[in-house]
Amino acid sequence: MNFLKRTIPLAIAFIMGVMMAFQYYVPHEISQSLLKVVSRWGITIGGFAVFLGAYSLFHLHMTKIRRKLPGWGYSIFVFLGAGITIIFGLYNGGEFFWNDKQEGTMFEWMYFNVQVPAGATMFSILAFFMASAAYRTFKARTNEATILLIAAIIVMLGRVPIGTMISQYFPIVADWIMSVPNMAAKRGILIGVSIGAIATSLKIIFGIERAYLGGGD
Amino acid sequence: MSIKMSRFFSLVISFTVVFSYAFPISAAGEKVLIAPTGFEAFDTPSDDGKSVSLRWTASPSASIDTEYVVFMSENKDGPFVTEALRINSLTMYEDNTHSRSHYAEVDPEKILSKESGRKNNKKEKAKHFFKLVITSGSSAMATKQIVSAFPEGDWFNWKKLNNFVLMVSFVALLLFFLNHAKKSPNLFIRKISGLDAIDEALGRATEMGKPALFVHGLNGMGSISTIAAVNILGRIAYRIAEYDTTLKVSNIDPIVMSVSQEVVKESYLEAGRPDAYVEDNIFLAASEQFPYVAAVSGIMVREKPATNFFMGYFYAESLILAETGANTGAIQIAATDSYTQLPFFITTCDYTLIGEELYAASAYLSREPLLLGSLRAQDVGKGVLIAALVIGTMLVTCGVGFVKYLFMAG
Repeated sequence: MNFLKRTIPLAIAFIMGVMMAFQYYVPHEISQSLLKVVSRWGITIGGFAVFLGAYSLFHLHMTKIRRKLPGWGYSIFVFLGAGITIIFGLYNGGEFFWNDKQEGTMFEWMYFNVQVPAGATMFSILAFFMASAAYRTFKARTNEATILLIAAIIVMLGRVPIGTMISQYFPIVADWIMSVPNMAAKRGILIGVSIGAIATSLKIIFGIERAYLGGGD
Repeated sequence: MSIKMSRFFSLVISFTVVFSYAFPISAAGEKVLIAPTGFEAFDTPSDDGKSVSLRWTASPSASIDTEYVVFMSENKDGPFVTEALRINSLTMYEDNTHSRSHYAEVDPEKILSKESGRKNNKKEKAKHFFKLVITSGSSAMATKQIVSAFPEGDWFNWKKLNNFVLMVSFVALLLFFLNHAKKSPNLFIRKISGLDAIDEALGRATEMGKPALFVHGLNGMGSISTIAAVNILGRIAYRIAEYDTTLKVSNIDPIVMSVSQEVVKESYLEAGRPDAYVEDNIFLAASEQFPYVAAVSGIMVREKPATNFFMGYFYAESLILAETGANTGAIQIAATDSYTQLPFFITTCDYTLIGEELYAASAYLSREPLLLGSLRAQDVGKGVLIAALVIGTMLVTCGVGFVKYLFMAG
């Protein structure tokens, strides 16, 4: 059992990891074909995994409805929404799903008039959250928060016309803050992230990091 | 003819020659074209074997209204009717500099298949012949020589040699420190407050009898930050199983969900609590960004988890999720390598693991000597890069430019 659960996955991770690491340096057609094949495997596995996701979603909400858990009424909308979408998707404007996707169907109407506006509504909430988060952060309780507050005010004023009206130096200083200290910090983080990502990849390839297989060590 | 007359004619001829080079217009008002020289074709180095490189020296008659056209044939004797390349004569200089040489890469198989309107399934590669012509309006001037090349695939991309050397060096460094960690297991690792707070956060959830919510980022299993998040999930699930608290894991990607289910299940098994594992607690919340935000925010508001973990790569949803969690009064620990979202997490979460700390978390939590050794290698690697940056900046400032090429991307 340990052989199936540990040894084989570790061997696959090692072989594929080394192979794909070297693939990056080999431009030959064979190497490019290998990359294509492996990418296709990923897409195929992803296709099957959609069924697992759908099963998980429906099973979770069915359990909620069956056990009358708090908020179970919302779960009915999951089935209603998914059911109606699937029916119209398969109906395909009267041409049914075995034909090419049709334009101007009910399925498209629902996407553009329900899902897109609902998503945009969620996104628009971000503006209010940003204001409340900024209010909390900009209370100058520490030296770092004070520096952040001053930098933020300068950058904000440098990005709007009123800033230029107050002083022509605001846009210049704002640009300097963004392109020098901000860029330096960003690049510092990126270097750390890149080395961390490489180290994690190597740990997985060499089988040192096994937590992704589950369990402790 | 007198000497004076002969001097006069000599002067007129000289003037005409100079003038015709400077303003090469024929009697009919058309430009006199001079064929480019040094035309050569060769297999493109470090490629997959599909392209041929062409290089030639610019023609003296090149101007804004002249074009270079390269015709291609599969036979040396032609006919040269297939157009392989057409460029303005003042573009495509070699290495993007305004040197006197033009450089272009063409894919002969693609051009031939496009012309014939069908896919070329021939496995064996053929030699291709090229002819260069300079054109302006209706006049054209071709080079005398017909050049040929045979495209071949290469087994190593020499432009990536520096990258390869760096990779091998880093692997050697990692292996050295792993070996070192085996001999002296008590390596010093600096304190990471966010990771030390995990026990405190889980203890709080246990005391309150509320669940801990683990929120995955938006990237799939192909992203290294998601793998790092799954590694941390394994450690957290092990401790949760020991504390006998409920762990909920929200996912946006079905593959990440399946992997998370296995990881949590194994962790519960290892902790001796397989009975406490509930598969429905590791669920697919939604498969799109903002429906995911709505679903997870709803869980936070309704179930009020005592602890929220945000691990992985996040986009615009980070602030909505973290701010909703902050409003419910949960202890929040975030870890992301998405530097654009870091300010939002720092603002709204109690602890934030910045960038590389996400990758260090698994080693830090497990305290395994081998994993700690890899952290040391990571730090030394970073030190070497910092030194290279400082020394490189100084050298380039002093006019020593070769150092730029050592780190150039291939």
